[in-house]
Amino acid sequence: MLGLNWGRLMELMRKELRQTRRDPQALRVVLVAPIVQLIIFGYAVNTDIRDARVILFDRDHTNVSRELGQTLTASGHFKIVETADRAEDLVEALDHGRMVLGIEIPRGFEGDLAAGKAATVQVLVDGTMSNTATVAQAYAGQIILRFGQRHSHTAAQTAKLPGGSLPGVDLRVRAWYNPNLESRIYNVPAVMGSVMMLMALLLTSLAVVREREVGTLEQLMVSPLRPVELILGKTVPVVGIALLDLTIIASVAILWFGIPMRGSFVLLFFASLVYIVCGLGIGLLISTASATTQEAFMTMFMFFLPAMIFSGFFFPIANMPRVFQLVSLLDPLRYYLETVRGIFLKGAGVTVLWPQIATLAVMGGSILWLASTRFRKTST
Amino acid sequence: MPRLSLKRLWAMARKEALHIGRDKRSLAMAFAVPAAMVLLFGYVITFDINDIPTAVLDQSRTAQSRDLVDAFRSSGYFTVTRTLGSDAEISPLLTRGAVRMVLVIPPDFAKHLAAAEPAPVQCLVDGGDANTASIAINYAQAIVASFSAKAVLKGRTLPVPAQAESRVWYNEDLKSSNMIVPGLMATIMMILSALLTSLTIAREWERGTMEQLAATPVHRLEVIFGKLLPYLGIGFVDIILVAVVGGVVFAVPFRGSVPFLMVTALLFLVGAQGLGMFISAAAKRQFLATQLAMLVTMLPSLLLSGLIFDLASMPTPLQLISLVVPARYFVVALRGIFLKGVGPHVLWAQGLGMLIFAVAGITLAVRAFRKEIA
Repeated sequence: MLGLNWGRLMELMRKELRQTRRDPQALRVVLVAPIVQLIIFGYAVNTDIRDARVILFDRDHTNVSRELGQTLTASGHFKIVETADRAEDLVEALDHGRMVLGIEIPRGFEGDLAAGKAATVQVLVDGTMSNTATVAQAYAGQIILRFGQRHSHTAAQTAKLPGGSLPGVDLRVRAWYNPNLESRIYNVPAVMGSVMMLMALLLTSLAVVREREVGTLEQLMVSPLRPVELILGKTVPVVGIALLDLTIIASVAILWFGIPMRGSFVLLFFASLVYIVCGLGIGLLISTASATTQEAFMTMFMFFLPAMIFSGFFFPIANMPRVFQLVSLLDPLRYYLETVRGIFLKGAGVTVLWPQIATLAVMGGSILWLASTRFRKTST
Repeated sequence: MPRLSLKRLWAMARKEALHIGRDKRSLAMAFAVPAAMVLLFGYVITFDINDIPTAVLDQSRTAQSRDLVDAFRSSGYFTVTRTLGSDAEISPLLTRGAVRMVLVIPPDFAKHLAAAEPAPVQCLVDGGDANTASIAINYAQAIVASFSAKAVLKGRTLPVPAQAESRVWYNEDLKSSNMIVPGLMATIMMILSALLTSLTIAREWERGTMEQLAATPVHRLEVIFGKLLPYLGIGFVDIILVAVVGGVVFAVPFRGSVPFLMVTALLFLVGAQGLGMFISAAAKRQFLATQLAMLVTMLPSLLLSGLIFDLASMPTPLQLISLVVPARYFVVALRGIFLKGVGPHVLWAQGLGMLIFAVAGITLAVRAFRKEIA
């Protein structure tokens, strides 16, 4: 197969393993960092609107206005952390960025509701965090609207129904896979993917550059090693390390964060193996294309950050402009995130996920091939 | 303590600048990366959710149920991509992710509506992406509410009892580029600064030039500051480039003061680069140094800086950890300066945080840097 010489390949692998073992510091980084990262970022990647900070300016001071305040808190989305006495307090709180919303209940709110007149509640939104702001604003609007319906006379008269339910369409929403709509369940598997990619890149992006800088590349060159053997010899030993990483962080995700694992472990491992090879290949490609360590790292940075953005980690790919949706097709992280999220949340199997895994396999293969041809060129 | 010489410091800076200048590719990248990233992210990142792929299972098959589906269709938020014939088709569609939402209208829908009773409609949402799901649910509820009002009142008008009048400040159209561009400046500059500087001292160790440096009368403070100067220059050019790209391409407002921006940028850059130098001096090897710099800056400045994920909603231990992520101060400061137009009276705490960080970075770097060759 490919005319490989197994003896030579094994020798190189042994050399690589020995080199890795001699650098326990670097090895520790590679083994410990993923766990720490997953735990910290697993908590960080939370976009739920829970207890969003609200400053309340109640100009009505009636039972009804107080009840509205309680309703906002009871929803679980908001927490009234301050009350204002003057309009300036709202401005000041928003300027300092202490609050997500400022809510002003007008004077005569209770009276207007009782008289069946439209009452307007002012909601001031700090738009700097536009994602939080959009959702918080929608929640507040809904809560206030429902509150009004419950309280106003007109609504009660039209309703004439037991249980206070209103006529018209009653939308019963059920969220599948994630009934409480917790963002963490969706995001922790994505953190797994990013951490694995970063590790894979760190493991190989310096493999060739380092030999070049230290001067040992010439030695490898004069040896009978063929480029394919060199690339494989540099990849295979670290696959073991990466798979170990994967086992550890998958356990952390399931045991620590309680992420539901509804699919098959075998599929998760197989897909991850393909993905890791892909990541290692990219690292090697960067390594062969760079002359210095610095260049290698800059290139890695140039690759990793866009890879995260295009992967659909934070921003759904479907919302991106068409051109960028096409670009995202080149992002291995995208396919892996679709795969892990599918396996974890939906329990999706091979029948659903084979296109993603096949794409990763094709990508990994061609990247490794590209790395070995690049290597041949640079070595002459 | 020996007297510091500006001349020696300057010579050190020149040497470092020459060094940077020789590596054309890295230099070009140092200038191109921030602007390119901002350009890319500004376009890619959007929280607006439109055309949510939706499937409909209409068991009622009446004019009323078709009206409801039309209300969804014409809202622009939902695209009805499939019409289903039975319950059994729902699950595979959601599992494959072919649709995000399924609307099930039961057979007695029209009857209930006509009797002025609540008419249940099932709305199944792919909850995987909680964010998109909650926005979709909000849209769906709004559409259903206005449909109900029309269906029940049949032309009569019912005053809306209470409504929220929202006013969005600082980012009136809730444009995500306004949120991302200023914040991203902090994240990118943090990563880039630490990466660039993390190599400087380790390189001298690896190439053996440390002995030459040790033989010269240069003081370690002079070495650190001398090495810092050229990178500070690069950092400032980057920040200006990003600000111009943000303003021209994405029309991000700039409401604050330029001198204040420059002062905060200086504090931040010194801190970030000091950190890089510290890593470099402590690690003594380029490989370990860059690896550490990458791990310390990459994901933390992306995820723990408040760039995308709200810090206030994180658990307390994490909020405490984020206190040592310098990018968090700069993210708040930049958004304050760009979008809110506020100055030191509001942002003094962030300024102080960056000052402490800058002093700590330089101190650590100087202490870790030893000229002695062991």
